[in-house]
Amino acid sequence: MRGYLRADGRKGIRNHVVVAYLVECAHHVAREVAMPFRAQGAQVIGFPGCYPNAYAQQMMERLCTHPNVGAVLLVSLGCESFDRFHLAKIVADSGRPVETVVIQRVGGTRISIGRGQQWIARQIEALAAAETVPMDVSELVVGTVCGGSDGTSGLTGNPAVGLAFDRLVAAGAACIFEETGELIGCEAIMADRASTPELAVELRRSVEKAASYYATLGYGSFAAGNAEGGLSSIEEKSMGAYAKSGSSQIAGLIKPGDIPPRGGLYLMDVVPDGEVRFGFPNINDTAEIVEMMASGAHVTLFVTARGSVVGSAISPVIKVCANPETYERMADDMDVNAGRVLAGTPLAEVGDEIYDLTLAVASGAQTKSEELGHAEFVLTYKSFEPIGPACLPR
Amino acid sequence: MSAPQNISASHRLLRLSASDNVLVATGQVDAGLAGINGGGVIDVLKPVTLGHKIAARRIEPGEKIIKYGVPIGSATSPIEAGEHVHVHNMKSDYTPTHALTETADGDT
Repeated sequence: MRGYLRADGRKGIRNHVVVAYLVECAHHVAREVAMPFRAQGAQVIGFPGCYPNAYAQQMMERLCTHPNVGAVLLVSLGCESFDRFHLAKIVADSGRPVETVVIQRVGGTRISIGRGQQWIARQIEALAAAETVPMDVSELVVGTVCGGSDGTSGLTGNPAVGLAFDRLVAAGAACIFEETGELIGCEAIMADRASTPELAVELRRSVEKAASYYATLGYGSFAAGNAEGGLSSIEEKSMGAYAKSGSSQIAGLIKPGDIPPRGGLYLMDVVPDGEVRFGFPNINDTAEIVEMMASGAHVTLFVTARGSVVGSAISPVIKVCANPETYERMADDMDVNAGRVLAGTPLAEVGDEIYDLTLAVASGAQTKSEELGHAEFVLTYKSFEPIGPACLPR
Repeated sequence: MSAPQNISASHRLLRLSASDNVLVATGQVDAGLAGINGGGVIDVLKPVTLGHKIAARRIEPGEKIIKYGVPIGSATSPIEAGEHVHVHNMKSDYTPTHALTETADGDT
């Protein structure tokens, strides 16, 4: 495995040029700038809101300095509230090339696209010549999410990812599982795996917060397709989702944008703090993947059963298909057929396949969603309090 | 709680934990006698699709539905052994479940 060494010591497994729009009004220009360079690794991310938000600012700073990112073009309309100056400074301080195109300053859409493309063309050339250094499994950050779950998820895909997570953690990698709203009912058994009694309290609290947040909203983290596939309640879905975490001791609890300080298994608390505002914690699976990346995930293991097709900007997504009937229909979108466990394949064999594939993708192998050009991204409003001292390993 | 490491393909109903009162379909299961992974058979009342649950015994209203050895909700009506267990006869003990009535029944 080889990686791109960044100034902060982290290493990337990809070398993307990111084009970041700082308000929805600049989205079209950003998309047009990146379009001709898609195949060479230019990708679009951004924040649509015009009102300032500390969470969104921090997420954009983390994403623009993600180890898989080699250069950043900021596209600003000009009158939005996003602090483009601070973001540009953070990126420059990280040692990456950064440029800002302000549409209102340069004179509109056409000239902004032209200038942006000129800059991107130069960066693509420079990044293609970038050198790589040796990289170890222990330097990887791996996230896991599940989406489009059904009654097979907890039997095949999720426990198989859990086995892969156990191997990654044993090899020294940092592994992150999340969506506390999908751990409702699992809080007691999860707290038993905490590395300290103080952390156990924090883990339990994070799920209680999620339960109360979703109760106020009136819906659990549960979609119609979950029921079609045989899941009847949020706690049933949770038991399946929880299996993704494997059986390692839980080293810490982080919030979106917190980088794990060392290897081990971490829970990400994705439900905002304080009173309920801004709507649902994560409006879709992509919002979860984006938060994993903001915490440094190089790659995300995505377990789907109904059949999600998404990938992601910045970090590759490995899709593990839990349902064998779905795999038959959508094999072209799936990296791993975990549903074959139902036909007698040992779970451990699928777990090993996921582990090996994670290392292969980290070494440059393209995932199905990368081959198909998927590069989804979404970022919305949230607010968090910083994590407490009991949350991180000492 | 953990999923079984190896599953036999010839038995289409899975008991995930000894204390469970529901079985999980590992493929399309027709009405009639169906084999249970690990031993035994049960008379399935109506066909169910992959991933859906069948009552392993009679379950009274208000009784917990047990899967993976833990409660996943409560029965909202009497459930016969072999009956499909889903949103029409059980509910979450936490937040209401959102389902589209056109697609949720799992009957084919």
